[in-house]
Amino acid sequence: MSDNEALQNELNKHEYAAGFVTDIEQETLAPGLDVSVIRHISNIKREPEWLLNWRLQAFEHWQTMIEPHWPKVDYPAIDYQAISYYSAPKDNSDGPKTLADVDPELLRTYEKLGIPLREQEMLAGVKEIAVDAVFDSVSVATTFKSKLKKAGVIFCPFSEAVQEYPELIQQYLGTVVPASDNFYAALNAAVFTDGSFVFIPKGVRCPMELSTYFRINAANTGQFERTLIIAEEGATVSYLEGCTAPMRDENQLHAAVVELIALDDAYIKYSTVQNWYPGDENGVGGIYNFVTKRGECRGKRARISWTQVETGSAITWKYPSCVLLGDESVGEFYSVAVTSHCQQADTGTKMIHIGKNTRSTIISKGISAGRSQQSYRGLVRIEAQAEGARNHSQCDSLLLGDRCGAHTFPYIEVKNPTAILEHEASTSRIGEDQLFYCQQRGLSEEDATSTIVNGFCKDVFDVLPMEFAVEANRLMELSLEGAVG
Amino acid sequence: MLKIENLCASVAGKKILRGVNLHVKAGEVHAIMGPNGAGKSTLSNVLAGRDAYTVTTGTVLFHGQDLLAMKPEERAWAGVFLAFQYPVEIPGVNNTYLLKAALNAKRKHQGLSQLDAFDFLKMVKEKAKLVDMDESFLSRSVNEGFSGGEKKRNEIFQMAVLEPTLALLDETDSGLDIDALRVVAGGVNQFRSADRAIVMITHYQRLLDYIVPDVVHVFSDGRILKSGDRHLAMELEKRGYDWVKEEATHG
Ligand SMILES: Nc1ncnc2c1ncn2[C@@H]1O[C@H](COP(=O)(O)OP(=O)(O)OP(=O)(O)O)[C@@H](O)[C@H]1O
Ligand SMILES: [Mg+2]
Repeated sequence: MSDNEALQNELNKHEYAAGFVTDIEQETLAPGLDVSVIRHISNIKREPEWLLNWRLQAFEHWQTMIEPHWPKVDYPAIDYQAISYYSAPKDNSDGPKTLADVDPELLRTYEKLGIPLREQEMLAGVKEIAVDAVFDSVSVATTFKSKLKKAGVIFCPFSEAVQEYPELIQQYLGTVVPASDNFYAALNAAVFTDGSFVFIPKGVRCPMELSTYFRINAANTGQFERTLIIAEEGATVSYLEGCTAPMRDENQLHAAVVELIALDDAYIKYSTVQNWYPGDENGVGGIYNFVTKRGECRGKRARISWTQVETGSAITWKYPSCVLLGDESVGEFYSVAVTSHCQQADTGTKMIHIGKNTRSTIISKGISAGRSQQSYRGLVRIEAQAEGARNHSQCDSLLLGDRCGAHTFPYIEVKNPTAILEHEASTSRIGEDQLFYCQQRGLSEEDATSTIVNGFCKDVFDVLPMEFAVEANRLMELSLEGAVG
Repeated sequence: MLKIENLCASVAGKKILRGVNLHVKAGEVHAIMGPNGAGKSTLSNVLAGRDAYTVTTGTVLFHGQDLLAMKPEERAWAGVFLAFQYPVEIPGVNNTYLLKAALNAKRKHQGLSQLDAFDFLKMVKEKAKLVDMDESFLSRSVNEGFSGGEKKRNEIFQMAVLEPTLALLDETDSGLDIDALRVVAGGVNQFRSADRAIVMITHYQRLLDYIVPDVVHVFSDGRILKSGDRHLAMELEKRGYDWVKEEATHG
């Protein structure tokens, strides 16, 4: 290889691999937000009257709300009238069809991103995984639907669920995250366009991993999707979520809502690898990721587990939470967040203990590099009736270099004296002695860094689904490339 | 193999090495002894390429190559190994994983294929036996929660796996119990060969009963004051270092 080629390879490595744009004809609403936009979206989706009214109410409420400014993030005011609230590939307007009908350009996009959309092409030996592919405002393909249906599992785009299972949607929508919950949740309720719907009936163990892959493509559009997952009594599901966007100099808004409902003895494992475009090294461009994720353990012994690896977005504002209503229910939050360059993240979790003998575990690992700023913000609340509740929290921050920042804001509210809470926190700088030790053994500085960082995150990586562990590792290496020294 | 000429180095603005001269040939074992704070660890760190130490003058040739121009990992690939006086703990990083990554990095550099997991594990287990290390240490995090002696044993185990040509052992004997010392020394002796050299820093003649050196150096105030054969070590054990310093200033 010539020096030039080597250099080129090196440069390419540093690039955000998912940063390309798909050249496809899209139908995009003109920027702006008013009642007519909401009616238009609802109309495209052929929604029932009650859902339109739900949206309109949310919109009315949203107009009375102000953007939250308590997160430790800094950005210029967002002009909500400058955003387009709907964009979809042109021939997709009447909903997704079979894979054969999907625009080949779209198929190529997912191929490039490494997302398997062709069921028959899954490699032998690789575990099957069902994918719902959301492209800007719509779902463009969902795989393994029929196989899942045989098991009684519903996995489909949200819009389709509104048509096919309206009673389920009406029963559960907004019951965990009400439309008026917070500024971005209200905005989402008003303008959400698609997302995934999962229903695992009583006693069913979902036969494969489910995943939704979110892709932002169009410029100047926001992505507002909703995910709703219901696991009935004794049901089990593992769900994965991934996200990417093109590299653009403008910031783009992503304001999603995720609601999880676990009934008696149900288990929902929700894993996220968030790799939205983070902006360039000077902080130009990138996604604003303002997301509300909440799960409710509604039944006895229900368990909800959030696992996330966050490497992307210019700004992240996100606190996946568990409401532990059922007695002996369990909430878990395992998180690795990596920020570099000028990224800002204010993230953490909320564990609300209401039922008796409820347990929660929080393990958060934050890695800050470059000039990034990262905050862990976590709430553990033990309500008066939550006899015998337990929480264990561990929040560790690792600093790479001396221009980044790590902050921890733990909030603890205990209204029942029988509660047992443990909280551990640490902040450390990556050790020169550790780096040198690894290098002396023969690892390059970058390999040494990622090895040490990986070790730091081990507690979380150990609970990631296999498919994600590899991906998470790779993303973290990319994200930290050139971050030391 | 190793030619150090007039090496001077400082750390945090403080001059530590003040003109070190040392020649080591393949097959030789050199022992370096000297008072606390003399700069022995500094010398080993400078040879391994630690960033915090600044070389002000002098040259170091390793197999004819300019060692000082190389990055730490390049020196490792070229065959330099440092058994640390204070091995660091790396939480969450599996001992075997680190070794595999290290060995494969070296092999890649040498244009060799990556070792497969099975062959590697087999080899690693053999080497663990060599230093009588329990297999449970293989899957533990690097040095985390190891006792002082266990850390030292782990260093020699790593050396055995990585098979360097120049091993710098910085007080590997400190902290080892009597039996462990014998075992670890046995491991080092097995490692000795015509194409390898060992430079070992120690405070105790006892180690030299097990690993018999070809040359013994007295290191004080940042340089080598006197060199001799193994009898010099015995004399030091009896008389301490002062007479060497005196000799050096008067002679
Ligand atoms: N990073 C550092 N910052 C400041 N001073 C240092 C640093 N590293 C070493 N020194 C100083 O350099 C001198 C030599 O230290 P060195 O560790 O090389 O001694 P040594 O001969 O190995 O001693 P010992 O026998 O106690 O291990 C000491 O005075 C020590 O305090
Ligand atoms: Mg020393």
